Amino acid sequence: MSTPPGSRVWLAIVVAGVGTFLLRASFLFLFERVGGAPPRLERALRYVPAAVLAALVVPALAAPDGVPTVVGNDRLLAGALAALVAWRTESVLATIVAGMVALVALGAVGGAL
Amino acid sequence: MTQEGAEPGMETAGTESPVTVGSDSDTMGSRESFLAGVRAVAPIIVGIVPFGLVAGAAAVNAGLTLLDAVGLSVVVFAGASQLAAIGLFGDGAPLALVVVTVLVINLRLVMYSASIAPELLDEPRRWRALSAYLLTDQAYALSVTRFEREPGTSRRSFYLGAAAPLWAAWQVCTVIGAVVGARVPPWLPLDFAVPLTFLALLVPAVKGRATAAAAAVGGGLATVGVGLPLEAGLMVGAVAGVLAGLLTEAVVGPDAVGAGEDEPGGGHA
Repeated sequence: MSTPPGSRVWLAIVVAGVGTFLLRASFLFLFERVGGAPPRLERALRYVPAAVLAALVVPALAAPDGVPTVVGNDRLLAGALAALVAWRTESVLATIVAGMVALVALGAVGGAL
Repeated sequence: MTQEGAEPGMETAGTESPVTVGSDSDTMGSRESFLAGVRAVAPIIVGIVPFGLVAGAAAVNAGLTLLDAVGLSVVVFAGASQLAAIGLFGDGAPLALVVVTVLVINLRLVMYSASIAPELLDEPRRWRALSAYLLTDQAYALSVTRFEREPGTSRRSFYLGAAAPLWAAWQVCTVIGAVVGARVPPWLPLDFAVPLTFLALLVPAVKGRATAAAAAVGGGLATVGVGLPLEAGLMVGAVAGVLAGLLTEAVVGPDAVGAGEDEPGGGHA
């Protein structure tokens, strides 16, 4: 339970921050050197958005408390409804409103039972 | 599609009618693009408020000062890794472990950097350095899907419009969380706005079998691996998803741009 002294905390913060910046900057500068993304890598990169977005979304819906849960999982149900809305409307706002309203409503119903 | 910097507007032409969003399909002004970015990030900002408050409150609870908390948010600016670092600081863990933990959790940013880089390579280096500093899950996801769907968008303006307000909100929430604590009414699940936004971006990003495979494998593995340390589930899922996309492409061919199987692009007019 002992926090290290302030100067050492800052050393860690700065090193971690510089390292994180280098991770972020990596290809933004590397591709310039090699004249753009190599074709094979570019093909792979086309699948990053779908793969990453799903890897961010699905656990948030299917395992909101850190364990995959189907039964009694309000977020999964609200998310499924929101996915339907997203597919039909292609509207971010409509998707958020539908998902939020559904989740709050499910919580209210569950709380009342 | 190989797009060598110039002429990004040709991709969806030809097949079907292009996505019917506004009449300004060719190019958008920088102001307009900036505002589009701000609008796109607005719901996400609402969603990260609880998270930002926690980033501030947890730091103080772990024995760090307000300045340390703000330092983490300004210097590192990556929520999940900040919370992990705070936990380790509080346990008195070796500082090298803190640094390594932060960097491993943030490895996924390399993937975003590679994915967004082709869109931003024409920008000056100083500006790319700023974009790098501001790169987050959210700024990446909003921008990469926007550039795909509306190639006429001014890249740097939209990116800045999406990324900068998020940065500012994160800093403000950190301070409030550190000073006041993190209290959000439990019946108001603001944090849910973030996955919902990603969901709304994911659905149109699935354009056929190959991208569907990428999403299915990415989402599935990330969920199975949700308990793994260092956010490894996210990284493993994303990489495996990309491989699944490539594999599917090798078997059935790439997704037809703009012409998915059961007309997923046919939204409202």
